[in-house]
Amino acid sequence: MNVDAPLGDFGDVLFYSALAVYILAMLLHAVEHGMLRRVASAEAVPAAVPAAVGAGGGDEPGTTTVVPDDPAAGDDAAGDDPAPAGPRTRDGRPPRPASERFGRMGVSLTVLGLGLHIAMLVVRGVAADRPPWGNMYEFVAAVTLVGVLAWLVVLFRRPELRRLGVFVLLPVIVLMMLGGTVLYTQTAPVVPALHSYWLAIHVTAAVISSGILLFAGVASVLYLLRSVHDSNGRMAWTAKLPGAAVLDRVAYRATAVAFPIWTFAVIAGAIWAEAAWGRYWGWDPKETTAFIAWVVYAGYLHARSTAGWRGRKAAAVNVVGFAVMSFNLFFVNLVVTGLHSYAGVG
Amino acid sequence: MTQTLKSPPDESPEPPAGRRWWRDLLALARNTWRGLTSMRTALILLFLLALAALPGAFLPQRGPSPQAVQDYFTAHPTLAPLLDKIGIFNLFSTPWFSAVYLLLFISLVGCLVPRTWEQIQGLRARTVAVPRNLSRLPHHAAGTDPRSPDDVVADTRRRLRGWKLDVREEPDGVRTVSAERGALREVGNLVFHMSLLALLIGIAVGKLFGYEGDVIVMADGSEFCNSGILSYDTFRPGLQVDGTNLDPFCLDVDRFDAQYRPDGAPESYRADVRYSDAAQIADGAAPTPATIQVNDPLRFDGERVYLIDHGYAPQFTVTFPDGQQRTQAIQWEPVNPSTFLSQGATKFDRPGVTDDATRRRTQLAITGLFAPTSSGGGVVTSTYPALTAPEVAADVYRGDLGLDSGKGQSIFGIDQSMVDQGRLVRVDRQNLVPGQSLTLDDGTTIRFDAVKQWVRLQVSHDPAQDAVLVAAIALLVGITLSLTVKRRRFWVRATPTAPGARSTTDGRTVAAGSSVELGGLARTDQAGYGEEFDRLRTDLLPDRPTSRHETPPRTDPDEAGPGDHGGSG
Ligand code: HEM
Repeated sequence: MNVDAPLGDFGDVLFYSALAVYILAMLLHAVEHGMLRRVASAEAVPAAVPAAVGAGGGDEPGTTTVVPDDPAAGDDAAGDDPAPAGPRTRDGRPPRPASERFGRMGVSLTVLGLGLHIAMLVVRGVAADRPPWGNMYEFVAAVTLVGVLAWLVVLFRRPELRRLGVFVLLPVIVLMMLGGTVLYTQTAPVVPALHSYWLAIHVTAAVISSGILLFAGVASVLYLLRSVHDSNGRMAWTAKLPGAAVLDRVAYRATAVAFPIWTFAVIAGAIWAEAAWGRYWGWDPKETTAFIAWVVYAGYLHARSTAGWRGRKAAAVNVVGFAVMSFNLFFVNLVVTGLHSYAGVG
Repeated sequence: MTQTLKSPPDESPEPPAGRRWWRDLLALARNTWRGLTSMRTALILLFLLALAALPGAFLPQRGPSPQAVQDYFTAHPTLAPLLDKIGIFNLFSTPWFSAVYLLLFISLVGCLVPRTWEQIQGLRARTVAVPRNLSRLPHHAAGTDPRSPDDVVADTRRRLRGWKLDVREEPDGVRTVSAERGALREVGNLVFHMSLLALLIGIAVGKLFGYEGDVIVMADGSEFCNSGILSYDTFRPGLQVDGTNLDPFCLDVDRFDAQYRPDGAPESYRADVRYSDAAQIADGAAPTPATIQVNDPLRFDGERVYLIDHGYAPQFTVTFPDGQQRTQAIQWEPVNPSTFLSQGATKFDRPGVTDDATRRRTQLAITGLFAPTSSGGGVVTSTYPALTAPEVAADVYRGDLGLDSGKGQSIFGIDQSMVDQGRLVRVDRQNLVPGQSLTLDDGTTIRFDAVKQWVRLQVSHDPAQDAVLVAAIALLVGITLSLTVKRRRFWVRATPTAPGARSTTDGRTVAAGSSVELGGLARTDQAGYGEEFDRLRTDLLPDRPTSRHETPPRTDPDEAGPGDHGGSG
C-alpha cells in the first residue's frame, strides 16, 4: 500500500477550491433570496397558477407568501405537476427577473463545486490507494458531497425549490470548514482492522445515508420555521421559503430514501464487526449512537403515520435524528474512546 | 390504513350496576392491550428506547471496555458508584432497559397479528368498486372512444398487466375496471416488523446460549483445547451456559507473523494453526491446517476463533549451581502498542527443592522490559514493533515470590509487597541480547535464549447468529419495499354512447362508441403517481389533459393534509 503524498496535497487544493466555489454559490443564492419579494398572498398567487396549488395546500389566505417571480418558482404545490404556466409579460414572454439569474448562477456554481469535490475524493482515493473515507476529514468530505448531490437531484426534479440553495449550502460549508481544519488528516493508509471490503461497503452506505439525511434535516428545520410563521406570522423572512407542505414532503421523501440505506449501513457494520471483533454487536459507543439514530428515524417515519404527531412534532423528531448523527460524527469520534478509534485526528 | 393507526378508543361508558367484576377486569385488560398496541404507544416506546440507550453513548460499558469503566471510577470516585447502582455501566442488561424492549416486543406482536390477518383477508378481497364520481379524485380525465365499452375494457386490461384488477358491469351496458397496484408496500412493512421480532428473538437466544472466551497461546506449536472454563484466561458465558459442555475442539498455533510499515504502523497479522473438531479428536484423525487473520476468523462447526492480540515471550534458561536447567518462555505484556515495548515476569522454582522454607528463599523471577527493536544504550527502549534487534533489560529477583500466599498475582509482574518486606530481593540487573547470559552471586546463570511470539485468541459461540443475519436481511428487504413501493388505484368507467343518438338519416346506426372516464388515487405518496397516470391517460385517451384538484377529497397519511400544519394564520 503506497501513499502518494504530493497527490494527496493536490486533493487538498481541490477540497479548498470546492469549498470556495460553494461559498460563492451560497452568496449568489443569498442574493437571490434577498431579492424575492413578499406580499400578501391573496394577490400573490396569480390566476394562472391555481392548478398548481395541489394537495399540500401550501398557502393559507392571510399569510404572506412570495411572488412567484419566475415560471417555476411560483407553486408550492404537491409537485408532480410539470412547471405551470407562470405570469407572462405583455409581449408574451415569461419574465426573467434578476433573482432568477442569481439563483441560476448559484446552481451552476454548485455544479462546478460538486465537480471539484468529486475530483478531490478521487484524487485522495488514488493517493491513498483505498476508498477515500478512512478518516474523519475524508468522511466529512464524502458526506457533504452526497449532501450536495442529493440537493441537485431534488433541484433537478423540482426546480421551484431553488430558493432553498442558501440553506442547504450553509451546513455543507460549515461541515467542510470543520473538516478542513479541526479534523484534517494527511493522506495515510488505514490500520489492519480496517482492511476489508466491508469497510468500503459499510462506510459507503453510512456516507450516502448521512448525506441524504443532511438534506432531510435542513428541510425539516425550514419546515419548522415556516410552519411557525404560518401559525403566528413571526419570522417574516421564512415566508420566502417554499410552503410548509412542500418542505415537509421533501424532508419525508429524503428520509424515506436514506432510512433503508442507513439500515443497511448498520447491518453491514455488524457484519464487519463480527469478522473483525468477534461479535456482531457489542454496544461500542459508536454502535450505540448509530442504533439511537436509527431508532429516532424509525420514530420519525412512525410519527408521520400517527395521528397527532404529523407535522411539527414529526419534523422535530427528524431534526433530533440529524442531531444524533452529527453527535455520532463529532462527539463520539473525538471525545469518547471505543473500538472505532480510527478518526485519525491528533 | 389499518385500525392500529387510530388512537385507542376512550374509556367505555360507566358499567351498569350489578355488572360482574370479571367483566370490568376484561374491559381493563382489553383497553390496556389496545393502548399498548396502538401506534402512539409504539412511538413513545421507540423514543424511550432511544433515551434509555443514550447513556451508553457517553459512559463506558463493562462489556466492551472494562478498563474505561475502571478509569471512570478513578476519575469520579463519588459519582461512579451511584451510577453503578442504577446499572449505568451495564446499561444494556439492566432491568429497565430490558423492560422497554420487552414492552416494544409485546406491542409489536399485538400490532402485527391483526395486521397480518387483515393483509391475508385483503389478498382475497376484490378491488374497491369504481367510485360514482370519478371527477372528484385527485387524478381524473374524461373523453370519448369510438370503440364499445367492452373493447375499451379489453384494451385497459391489456395495458394494466401486472395490476390487480376487476371488471364490473353497471346497468345500461356500462363497464368498469378497477385496478390496484403496490400491495407489496404493506407486505414489506409486515415483513419488516416481523423481521424485527425475529431479530430480537435471535439476539436473546444468543445472549442465553452463547459464550465468549479469551486465551493466550504461544505461537510455537502450543495447543489450546476448548474443554471448559478453566482452559480460558477470561470467559464470558451466556445466561444459560455453565461451561460444562462446551463443544470439544483443539487448536495448535504453529506460527504468528506480523507485517509492519517502515513507520511502525501495522499492516497485517496472521496466525498459522491446525485444528481438530470433535470428530477428528474422536477418530484421532490429523488436524486441519488453517490461517487466522484480522477480519478473517477461523470458522468451523458453529465455532469462531479470532486473532485479537499478540505479543512477545522472551525465553530464558536458568542453570542452577548443581547443574540442573530449566527453560521457560511466558508471555510478556505490551505496554506500548506502537513499539511493542513489553513488560513481564518469568518465574522459576529451584528444581529438586522439597522443603518449603528453602523453596521460599530460592525462587527466582526475571522481570523488566523487553524491546523487540532496541534503541541500544543503557536504557532499553523500543523503536519498532517487529523483532529486528531484541533486547531485554532484566531485573533478577530471588526469594519468596509469594505464590503460596493464596492471593492471585499477575503473570506480568511480581508481588511488590514481598519486595517491600524484604522477602524478595533484587540480585542483579543487566541488559541482555539473545545468546547473552548473566551469572548470579551463587553461580546460577541465566541465559536469554530467544524470543517467542504469543497470540491472544477469542473463541466465540453464538447458536443464533445465522438466524440474526437472515432476519436482518429480511428486515432490509422489508423496509426497502415498504418505503419505495407506491400503492395506487386506477379506475375506468366506459359508458356506451346512447344508441340512436348517432343514427343517420338512412336508418343505420353507427357502432356505439363510449364515453370514457378515468380516475386515479395514490394511496401512499401522491407525488410521483402523476406521471404514471398521465401515461395511462395518453394510452387510453389520447389528447385529453388530466384535471387535478386543488384539494383532493381525501388525503393519505403520508400526504400531510392542510389541516396538519396548524397553518391557518
Ligand atoms: C421495534 C420497534 C419498531 C420499529 C423500529 C418500527 C419501525 C417502523 C418503520 C421504520 C416504519 C416505516 C415504514 C413506512 O413508513 O412505510 C414503520 C411503519 C409502521 N409501523 Fe412500526 N416499528 C416498530 C414497532 C411498531 C409497533 C409496535 C407497531 C404497532 C403499533 C408498529 C406499527 C407500524 C405501522 C402500522 C406502520 C405503517 C405506517 C405507514 O403505513 O406508513 N410499529 N415502523
